[in-house]
Amino acid sequence: MSQKQGIYRVVSNEALTPLIYRMVLEGDTSALCATGQFVNLKIDGLYLRRPISVCDWDGTTITLIYKVVGKGTEIMAQAQPGQTFDVLTGLGNGYNTAKSGAKPLLLGGGVGIPPLYALCKKLIAEGKTPTVILGFNKQDEIFLDDEFRALGATVIVCTADGSVGVKGFVTDAMKDVDYDYFYTCGPMPMFKAIEAVAATSGQYSFEERMGCGFGACMGCSCKTKYGNKRICRDGPVLEREEIIW
Amino acid sequence: MVNTKVTLSGIELDNPIIPASGTFGYGYEFAEWYDINCLGTFSFKGTTRDPRFGNPTPRIAECTSGMINAVGLQNPGVDAVIAHELPELKKHFRKPVMANVSGFSIEDYAYTCERLDKEEQVGWLEVNISCPNVHGGGMSFGTSPEAAAEVTKAVKAVTTKPVYIKLSPNVTDIVSIAKACEEAGADGISMINTLMGMRIDLHRRKPIIANKSGGFSGPAIKPVALSMVYRVYDAVKIPIIGMGGLSTAEDVLEMMLAGATAVEIGAANLIDPMASKNIIDDLPRVMEKYGIKNLKDMIGGAH
Repeated sequence: MSQKQGIYRVVSNEALTPLIYRMVLEGDTSALCATGQFVNLKIDGLYLRRPISVCDWDGTTITLIYKVVGKGTEIMAQAQPGQTFDVLTGLGNGYNTAKSGAKPLLLGGGVGIPPLYALCKKLIAEGKTPTVILGFNKQDEIFLDDEFRALGATVIVCTADGSVGVKGFVTDAMKDVDYDYFYTCGPMPMFKAIEAVAATSGQYSFEERMGCGFGACMGCSCKTKYGNKRICRDGPVLEREEIIW
Repeated sequence: MVNTKVTLSGIELDNPIIPASGTFGYGYEFAEWYDINCLGTFSFKGTTRDPRFGNPTPRIAECTSGMINAVGLQNPGVDAVIAHELPELKKHFRKPVMANVSGFSIEDYAYTCERLDKEEQVGWLEVNISCPNVHGGGMSFGTSPEAAAEVTKAVKAVTTKPVYIKLSPNVTDIVSIAKACEEAGADGISMINTLMGMRIDLHRRKPIIANKSGGFSGPAIKPVALSMVYRVYDAVKIPIIGMGGLSTAEDVLEMMLAGATAVEIGAANLIDPMASKNIIDDLPRVMEKYGIKNLKDMIGGAH
């Protein structure tokens, strides 16, 4: 694992829905080595960095999709092209695609969806045929579904109010899918619902309030069947078999 | 050419910069970011007799110019520290290291200190009688001069290396506690640990941190630390390691002028993994700016 600190320039920063934004940063991307990793942005005027999952990256840019939920993300949403951020990159373990069979199922809820994008791309590149279930509350919160379709994945959209696609939660769509492994990122109630019905092994990507984001402060520790782990460093992705619910 | 060397209880440090316990693990995590041999030394993660998971999460909350933590002394226990952490540390750090110890009874402190005192790479013991995040221990030893003296005596009786007592600012009179430690045989004082603090989540209408309160650190507490170090310096003859919100080379000078022989850098390491190295790299420039040739001449210079 390599981690790097650098200055990144905003290429674009646009709203995808009223609260979801996509920011493209330009800079050194060499520390990123797995899908599901995250970066930690220094925000002027705030003390702690803000950990944001990586949606996608290439040789020179990192794409972040984030939800405006508080002061830090409000400031991020105001960022203009050309502006710079001090960013720690290459944080966290990320998803392990070697564990998946030929038919992986990706389950994303709300702002947990972005890291599944690069994962989906990688799984397809490995010759697998992923099915993606995306869960939202309602129609105007839907984002990234077209991008997943463009990758060639089978996409099922669920909305809690039934305004688009399957009415209900990702687990309501899950029962009709033939899959041999699953990957997920989203809110804890969704995780618990998945855990109750999942038929295979899989990987969950967790969220926690972090101090440093790189394993120093022990602020985001959790207990697992294989000992204590730090969500920021030993996670954020944990395997189903090790999680203590 | 400026001289940044200082001496801490007979051991010379290349510079007075010491990453603080709880912000630097057992060092090797930071060896991925830079060669940690540039440090004066570092104080490793607070170690207890038995392994501890610590408090439930959330353990962290942000504040204006600072943060609150309630980690609760998560550590693998002294046996695992000696068996696994110190050998790993030694691969990355070749200087004497400061062993930070916590406990829940006088016997705990003595036992853990005695074990770590025998470790070759341990240069100093830093005894934390000031953790605000564990119940029924830690800070309670740091809030009365008598209890502080008792811990100091018990540790001194079973150790050979210099013993620094890490004091809590959450007391009515830190000077009397520092004096009690000195009289009980402490070789030095480390100060200050975090201030008790709280943040409340407006959506949930509950404290953000699961433990409710935690230890407040970061630049916001620097003036509190400076004032306390200044007063303790007037009252004791033993050296002081000053800490509390330091994040720049200028902050280091300020703390040394208040009376610190060396300084610890805490929360800054968590915000910027390069923070301690950046301070060390910047020290010569700032010393020249203020006409300082020998950094140790600054100690207590504001008195």
